Order: sequence, then C-alpha cells, then structure tokens
Amino acid sequence: MNTSNVSKVVMLLALATSYVAIAAEGGVSDSDRIAQYREMISDGNPADFDEMAGEELWKKPGGPKNASLEKCDLGKGSGVVKGAYAEMPRYFKDTDRVQDLESRLMTCMNTLQGIPEEEIAAKPFSTEQKNSDISTLATYVVGQSKGIKMAVSVKHPKEKEAYEIGKRIFNYRAGPYDFSCSTCHATSGVRIRMQDLPNLNVAKDAQAAYTSWPAYRVSQGLTRSFEWRLNDCFRQQRFPEPKFASEATIALTMYSAVNANGAEYAGPGLKR
Amino acid sequence: MNAKLIFGMTITLSLATAMPVQADSKSPYLDAKTAAIIKRDFRDKGIAKADRVNQDELQVACSKYRDDMPDGTNDMPNRTKVNLEEKQLKSIKWPADGNFVGDWKAGEKLAQSGKGMTWSDKADEPAGGNCYNCHQLSSKEIAYGTIGPSLLNYAKKHGSREESERRAYGHIYNVKAYIACSNMPRFGSMGILSEAQIKDLVALLMDPESPVNK
Ligand code: HEC
Ligand code: HEC
Repeated sequence: MNTSNVSKVVMLLALATSYVAIAAEGGVSDSDRIAQYREMISDGNPADFDEMAGEELWKKPGGPKNASLEKCDLGKGSGVVKGAYAEMPRYFKDTDRVQDLESRLMTCMNTLQGIPEEEIAAKPFSTEQKNSDISTLATYVVGQSKGIKMAVSVKHPKEKEAYEIGKRIFNYRAGPYDFSCSTCHATSGVRIRMQDLPNLNVAKDAQAAYTSWPAYRVSQGLTRSFEWRLNDCFRQQRFPEPKFASEATIALTMYSAVNANGAEYAGPGLKR
Repeated sequence: MNAKLIFGMTITLSLATAMPVQADSKSPYLDAKTAAIIKRDFRDKGIAKADRVNQDELQVACSKYRDDMPDGTNDMPNRTKVNLEEKQLKSIKWPADGNFVGDWKAGEKLAQSGKGMTWSDKADEPAGGNCYNCHQLSSKEIAYGTIGPSLLNYAKKHGSREESERRAYGHIYNVKAYIACSNMPRFGSMGILSEAQIKDLVALLMDPESPVNK
C-alpha cells in the first residue's frame, strides 16, 4: 500500500465514523444531516481520489490496442476534457447519435483501446470489491467541468428529439406500482420516508440535483455515476433494468441535464 | 385478479429512420418512438421482468395526462377520467363477508415495510405496504413521506364508521377508482396485497388503539 492509499483509508474511516455519529442523532432530516456532514469534511470529498485514479486511467495505455484515451473526443475536440461534461449529452457526428458521458467513454474505449462495448456494458458500475474503470473515468472527466456553467444544447434535431423522448420516459408509468419518475420527482417539497425528492421538472431542483452527480455515496463507500443514479431509481420504480448507456437512459439524462442548464456544475458531489 | 389489460402495441416504426422532429409535446411520432425505445432498452433483472414496461389502459392514459396534481396542472379530459375510474371500480373485490377490518398490529407492520417488487427483492418474500413511504400514520414515527396526505385521525375524518371502513378498503384496494392517476399503487387490483392484508390496514386506519388515531 502506498502512502496515498494509506491516507485514503484513514480518511475514509474517519468519515464513516463521523457519518454514523451524525446519523445516530434522531429528529434530523437527511438534508440537514448531509449538510452537517459536508461541513465536517469541508473540502475533502473522497471522490477526489477517484478523480485522480480516473486521470491516471485516462492517460495510461490499455486495452488490446495498448492505447490511452488522451485522443478521445468528448465533443470539444480530440483530447479536450476541460468543460466537456457541462455540454453533455450532445450529438456526435462520428456515431450519428446523442451520447451521454458514459456512452461516449464506451465509444472511445472501444475505438481507441479496442475494448469490446459489450464487455464494458456487462459490468458498468463499481462494487465494494472492484471499481469500474468507466465509472472512475467519468469521475475524472466531470471534475474537469467544476465551476463551469451547464450549457447542454438542443439545437441539433437529434438533441431536441432526445430531450422530448426523455420527457416522455420521465412520465412513462408502468409496472406493478404504476410508477414513473414523475411519481417521485414532479412535485416540489415532498419526500419519501426521510429522503427529500427534487422536482426535476423545475430548474432550481433539477440544477441542484444534476450538478451534484456523479457523487460519493457515504452509505455505500463508492463514487456513483449518473447512469447508476438512474439505474437505482428504476429499481425503486419497480421497473426492469435499463440497459447501460442505452437510448432510454441517454434521453432521460438529456432531459435532466437540459433542465439543469445555467447552473454551475458542482460535482463530483457527496451524498448520504 | 391483476388488472392487466396489456395493450397489444404493435410498433411498426423502425428506430433507425430519421424523421424531422416535431418538438411539440403531443407528437404521435415521438410517442411511438418512445414506446419502441422503452420496449427495446429494458431487460429482466431478478423478479423484475422486461415485460413490466408493457402498459395497461390506465397507465397509458396517466403517462399522457394527470388528474391528481394539487397545483392544478391537471389536463385529463373528464370523459377519460370518468371512464377509467368506472373500470377500476369494477376491479375492486369487496369482502364477501361484509367485514372490512382485520388486525391493526399486523397492519402497522405492513405499513412500515418498504419491501417488495424491486429487482433486489426475492420472489418468496411477500411485499410490504410502503405506506409510511408516502403517508404519516403515527404522531410518534418521524420517518414518514409526504407524497400522500397525512392519514392521522383517519377514523374521525370520513363520516360514519361503515362509510370510513369502506372508503379505506376501496382506496387501498384500488385508489384509481377514485382518482385515476393517483401516485398511490393499486394494492389489491395489482395483486400486491391480499384481501386479509388490506383488512389489517383498514384496521390500522380505523382502530381507536392504533397509532393513526392515538
Ligand atoms: C419511488 C420513488 C422514486 C422514483 C419512481 C424515482 N426516483 Fe429518483 N430518487 C428517489 C429517491 C428516494 C432519491 C434520493 C436518493 C437517496 O437519497 O438515496 C432519488 C434521487 C434522484 C436523483 C438525484 C437527486 C439528488 O439531488 O441527488 C435523480 C437525478 C433522480 N432521482 C432521477 C430519477 C429519474 C430520472 C427517475 C425515473 C427513471 C426517478 N428518479 C425515479 C426516488 C425515486
Ligand atoms: C407512492 C405513494 C403512496 C403509497 C406507497 C401509498 N399511498 Fe396512499 N395515497 C397516496 C396519495 C398521493 C393519495 C391521495 C390521493 C391522490 O390525490 O392521489 C393517497 C390516498 C390514500 C388514502 C385515501 C385517503 C382518503 O381521502 O380517504 C388512503 C386510505 C391511503 N392512501 C392509504 C394507504 C395505505 C394503507 C398505504 C400502504 C398500503 C398507502 N396508502 C400507500 C400515495 C401513496
């Protein structure tokens, strides 16, 4: 174990203990708790470690082609990472479709490094045992948009269409409970049990929510991507599993991102 | 019976065809394209099978319109609403013995449990009621959600005892018989809870000793 790993473990242990201490106080809402928690760790978000690990991965040659991702075009030109996430999802000419960050990273890992897309999509999320490369890479890329205003375009017809389809999926009710995203996220100021629910149709809430993902989840000890966030909400919606970086999840991401336009991107965030 | 009037949607639209976008919110082209994407982009996981994305008539209508928004943004045509609610009312199986009330303590356990029907739940574990996720049902329990109204003092709020019991049973069995697009699940009609469990929940709402009325 090198020193940075040791300090990471020490920091995480301290964080876990303080979180448990805060969580044990009764009568405090989740949002208050997380505010207290944030204050305690001030600017030390454990996601910072994933950002650094992601940068290493970005620059390191890998895959069957033994190439790095440094030539990856995230929409602002080959190799430009700064500010790229604040303009995603977007239309890409080479693939002729709208892609979110994770979908685009998959394209680059495939074309530049030769890693089959199915292999990436088979295990796209980190687990306690193993961080997923694509998740870690995403954490690095989003960090390079910190402080930059969200400016996701709907100028291209396919971008506009993705937004409109995303809006429809947001309202699509099905499954044993008749739920859609709008069941939990179309009213302001409500919560489920103790968890505050953002109204994602409204700019203020959509901005706060979207610009704080990906995020380090204290309860899970992992940095989670936006695709993961959607995946877990579909679980709570009693839906089947959405395919990773599919047209459905990209459209929903487009809907959420456009509603967050105008706010400064603030991630990677920190969550319960 | 499960109210499963699965809509046989035959989607003849090719996903590959590029069409000029009609950005308006009521575009049949985009509706059809969305349906085709949803059909293609979900897969089985655990007990949550891909066919769960198939909608019944009510789900189709309530994905397009709403009739339950407190802020007045309701746009469901009244004829549609009345028609849907009449059909949902017919799916309610009222207790044959005329007794609506079970054991409130069993009802409280069910109300607390948020388990059920997700892909991380097991097939052999019965679903809970999830009631506290959306409703306040006790002045002592602080962890309650607010998607639904507070049900505190339910027994005293809705007329005679008989009327209240019937109202509670009907709403839990199939709330959509009263408000077509309610956010609350159809616990009886969708086979989530049994008749006996629903009676336990009616008892929770009605019993003077239960936390709801204390
Ligand atoms: C049954 C309720 C429910 C449904 C349905 C639901 N969510 Fe969520 N969602 C939640 C909860 C609860 C949280 C807060 C998570 C937490 O704190 O653990 C959340 C969090 C989120 C967040 C992050 C908010 C933040 O500030 O961190 C986004 C974005 C989101 N949901 C989007 C969606 C989308 C899109 C859908 C439809 C696919 C959806 N949700 C469906 C319950 C739901
Ligand atoms: C996803 C949120 C949700 C869940 C879960 C839920 N409800 Fe509801 N419930 C609502 C909403 C919303 C309403 C108000 C009707 C409306 O406007 O849609 C409601 C209404 C009711 C009513 C009618 C109140 C009246 O006016 O008579 C009863 C009774 C009720 N719920 C009981 C329950 C019980 C018991 C459970 C657990 C088995 C439960 N609910 C679970 C959201 C929910």
